[in-house]
Amino acid sequence: MTETLVSYSTIAVYSAMAIYALAFIMFTLDLSRRVAAPVAAAARVEAVGSGSTAVLVEPVIDEAPKKTPRYLRAAMALTIIAWVLHVGAVVFRGAAAGRVPWANMFEFTLTATAIIIGVFLTVQFWQDLRFIGVFVTGFVLIALGIATVNFYVDVVPLPPALQSAWLVIHVFVASLGTGFFALGAALSIVQLLQARRAAGRAVGLRFLDTLPAAEKLENMAYRMIVVGFVLWTFTLIAGAIWAERAWGRYWGWDTKEVWTFIIWTIFAGYIHARATRGWRGSRSAWLAIIGFSAVVFNFTIVNLFFKGLHAYSGL
Amino acid sequence: MSQPSDSSRPQGHYDAPEAPIQQPKLGFVGYLRFFWRQLTSMRTALFLLLLLAIAAIPGSLVPQVSSDPNGVIQYKANNPDISPILDTLQVFTTYSSVWFSAIYLLLFISLIGCVIPRTKHHFDALRARPPKTPARLARLEGFTTRDATGDAAAAVLVAKDLLRKQGYRTEVFGNSVSAERGYLRETGNLVFHTALIGVLVTVGIGGGFGYTGQRVVVEGYAMTNTLASYDSFNPGRFFTDSALEPYSIAVDSFVPTYEQKNVGALGQPIDYVANVTTTVRGGEPQQATIKVNEPLRIGGTEVYLLGNGYAPVVTVRDPDGNVIFSQPTACLPQDANLRSNCIIKIPDGLAEQVGMIGFFYPTAAELTDGTLISSYPDTINPVLSLFMYTGDLGLDNGKGTNAYSLSLDSLTQIVGGDSETPAIKLSPGDKADLPNGLGSVELTAVPRFVSLDVHHDPSQTWVLVFAVLVVAGLVTSLFIPRRRMWVKVLEGSNGSLSLEYAGLARGDDPGLDAAVAELADRHVDQLGLKVEP
Repeated sequence: MTETLVSYSTIAVYSAMAIYALAFIMFTLDLSRRVAAPVAAAARVEAVGSGSTAVLVEPVIDEAPKKTPRYLRAAMALTIIAWVLHVGAVVFRGAAAGRVPWANMFEFTLTATAIIIGVFLTVQFWQDLRFIGVFVTGFVLIALGIATVNFYVDVVPLPPALQSAWLVIHVFVASLGTGFFALGAALSIVQLLQARRAAGRAVGLRFLDTLPAAEKLENMAYRMIVVGFVLWTFTLIAGAIWAERAWGRYWGWDTKEVWTFIIWTIFAGYIHARATRGWRGSRSAWLAIIGFSAVVFNFTIVNLFFKGLHAYSGL
Repeated sequence: MSQPSDSSRPQGHYDAPEAPIQQPKLGFVGYLRFFWRQLTSMRTALFLLLLLAIAAIPGSLVPQVSSDPNGVIQYKANNPDISPILDTLQVFTTYSSVWFSAIYLLLFISLIGCVIPRTKHHFDALRARPPKTPARLARLEGFTTRDATGDAAAAVLVAKDLLRKQGYRTEVFGNSVSAERGYLRETGNLVFHTALIGVLVTVGIGGGFGYTGQRVVVEGYAMTNTLASYDSFNPGRFFTDSALEPYSIAVDSFVPTYEQKNVGALGQPIDYVANVTTTVRGGEPQQATIKVNEPLRIGGTEVYLLGNGYAPVVTVRDPDGNVIFSQPTACLPQDANLRSNCIIKIPDGLAEQVGMIGFFYPTAAELTDGTLISSYPDTINPVLSLFMYTGDLGLDNGKGTNAYSLSLDSLTQIVGGDSETPAIKLSPGDKADLPNGLGSVELTAVPRFVSLDVHHDPSQTWVLVFAVLVVAGLVTSLFIPRRRMWVKVLEGSNGSLSLEYAGLARGDDPGLDAAVAELADRHVDQLGLKVEP
C-alpha cells in the first residue's frame, strides 16, 4: 500500500515538474512579448513625430489591461495544472507515510515549493503578480529537481523527537513564511532591475517597460515580506516551545536556531530600513534578497554540512 | 545635508560671503546628548541590527562550548594553529562573548532610547483630538467628491456618525469632520519592542536562578535531586543549594520500540518510554512515564529523557569464587544499532589492578573478516567482547579520572589485541576464566540505562508571555492601518451640497483609496439622496 502511494506521489511530482517547465517557458515567452510591445508603441509614437517620453509610455499602459496576452494565460493555466499535481504528490506522500509530509529534506522541499506556488497563485486574487511567474516557476523547478535527484529518501517512520504536534505547526508555518519571503525576493529582484532601468543602466531589458515602477514593486515586496516576517517570528517561538519539550531548553544556539535568528534579524532590518532615510529603495531590496538567500542557505547548507540538533535531513 | 545649488535659489538672491562654518561648541553634556541622539537614531539601530546578524554567523561555523563541548575539544585538536586565536576572540563562546554582548546591549539601549519618548508621545496622541481639517482636501490621498442636496449640518453629522461606527475618533470643525483611527498600530509597535526588552531581561536575569543537571540511571536504580547525585551539574549565577527540591526518581524499566516491518528503516527507533516511580518528600511513591517529547514535571523541575543505551552487569570473581565486582556499567552508544563501548576498572580485590574495555553488540553479527558488528539495536543476540589490561590504573594518586576512558600508558594488555589470549566474548550467563589465574568474569545481565536531564528555569513562563506579546504587538503594528479621514460639506447655491472626501496614511496603508471611496459611497447612501455624477 505504502509503495503504491509513493509511486503515485513520484509520478505526480515528475508530471508537475514537466508542466512547470512548460509554464516557465510560457512565462519567458511572455517576457519576450513584452519586449516587442513597447517597440511597437515607440514606433507609433515616432510616426506621430512628437518624441515626448510622456507619450511613449501612455499607449502601453492603455493596452495592458485590455486583454491578458495569450502566453501569460497559458503560463498561468499550466502553473495551476502543475500545482494541482504537485499538491497531489504532497498528499500521496503524506498518505504513504501516514503523517504530515514534511519530516525530511525531500518532503520538506516538496511541500514548501507547493506552498510557494500556492501563495503565488492566491496572491493573484488581490495583486497581479503574474510577471514574477518566471522567477517563481524557475525557482520551484530547480528546487524540485534537486529534491528528487539529491534529497530523495524512502518513507521511514518518525524518530521519537519528531513525534509532536509541533512538527505540524512549526514546520508548516516555516514553509509558509518561506513562500512569502520567496515572492518578496522575486519582487525585489525586479525592483532592482527597474531601478537600474530608471537610472538608465538596463536599457537592454525592455520588458521592464511593461512592469510596475520600482516604487510600486517595493511596496508589493514589503507587503509579502511583512507577512513572511510575522510567520517567521511565529516559527521561531513555536520552535523554541518545541525545543523546550524535546531537548529540555527553549534556546541553545543550535546551528539551525542561529540561522533562524540571523534571518529574523535581517528581515527586521529590512522592515526598519523602510523607515530609515537613505535605506529605502535599492538598499532595502538587497536586504530582502540577502534575507531570502539566508533562508535557502539555512535549509540547504546548514542542514547538510553544519552539525546540529536539527539533523532530520534523512540523508 | 547638501547645499542647494545656485539654480534653485530665487532670482535676486545673493549668497553671503563665504565664511568658515561655525560649529556650535559642545560641552560634556552636549557630547553626551550628541552620542545619545546618534545611538537612538534609526540609522544606528539598523546598523546594529545588521551587525548582530553578521556577528551571529561565526558561532554557527565553529562548535560552541554551550551546545557542543565535545565538538570544541575535537575542533581544538584538529586545528591547533587557529584555535588559540579563536579562543582569544571568544569565538567558542560567541553568544556570551564581549563583542556579541556589546552589540546586543547597545541595540537594546538604542531600543529603550527609542521606545521611551515614543511611548510618551503616543500617550499624548491618545488624548489629543483629531487635527483640524486641511483647507485643500484635493491635495490629499484618495480625494473624491460627491454631489447631494439637503442640509449641510445634517450631512456633517451623518458623516461623523458613519466614521464613528467605523472606529474613528471624530471631531467636527464647522462644516467638516476630521477623523483618525488606528492608534492601536503604534500601541502594537510599542508593545512589540517593549516585549523584546522583556524577553532579554527575563532570559538574562531569570536564567541565573535556574540549573540543569545530568544523570545516567540504570534500570532498577534511582536518582535523587541532590548535588551529589548528578554526573554533571550547571548552576545559574544566583543558584543556591536550597533551590534543589528533594525528590527521587527510580527507573523501573526502559522500553524502546524499534521499526520491524519497513525494510528501509529496520531498527529505527519509533518510541522510547521510561517507566519511573517518583517520590517527593513526605509523599507517596507515584508511577509515571518519561518520553522524548513528554518530559516529567516534578518538584519545580522538568525531567527529560535525552539518551539511552546498555549497561551490562559484569561479575568478576577471584580464583576462590568470591565476588570482587558486580555492577552495571553504562556503555556509550557508537552507532544507530547501539554498538557500545564501556570501560570497567577493578583497582582492588584481584592479584593485580585490572582494566577492561568492553565492546557490546546488542545483536551481534560477524563480518567475513571476523569483525563483530551490531545489526539491530535490540538485544536479539547480545555479545560483550572484552579486552583486558593489568598494571596501574592511575587511580591511586588522588587525581580525578574520566570514568569513560582508560589510560593505557602504564597497562599491559593480557586479553585481546596483540596479547596471547583472544578477546573474551560473553553472552548473558556466560562465564570465562581470566588468564594468569586471576579469576573469572561473567556477563550476568544486560539492563538498559537512560540519561536524564533535569532542568529548572523559573523564568521560562515569563519568556513565553513576552514572546506571545512580541507576536501580538507585531501583528497589530503591521496590519492595523493608521489613517486620517476628512469629510467636508460645501454649500452651493439653491441648496445643493458638494461633498469632499480625502484621507491621509500614516505608515504603510495600501487600502486607503478604497476606504475613502467606500466612505463617500456610504455617506451619500445614508443621506438618502440621489447620486449625481
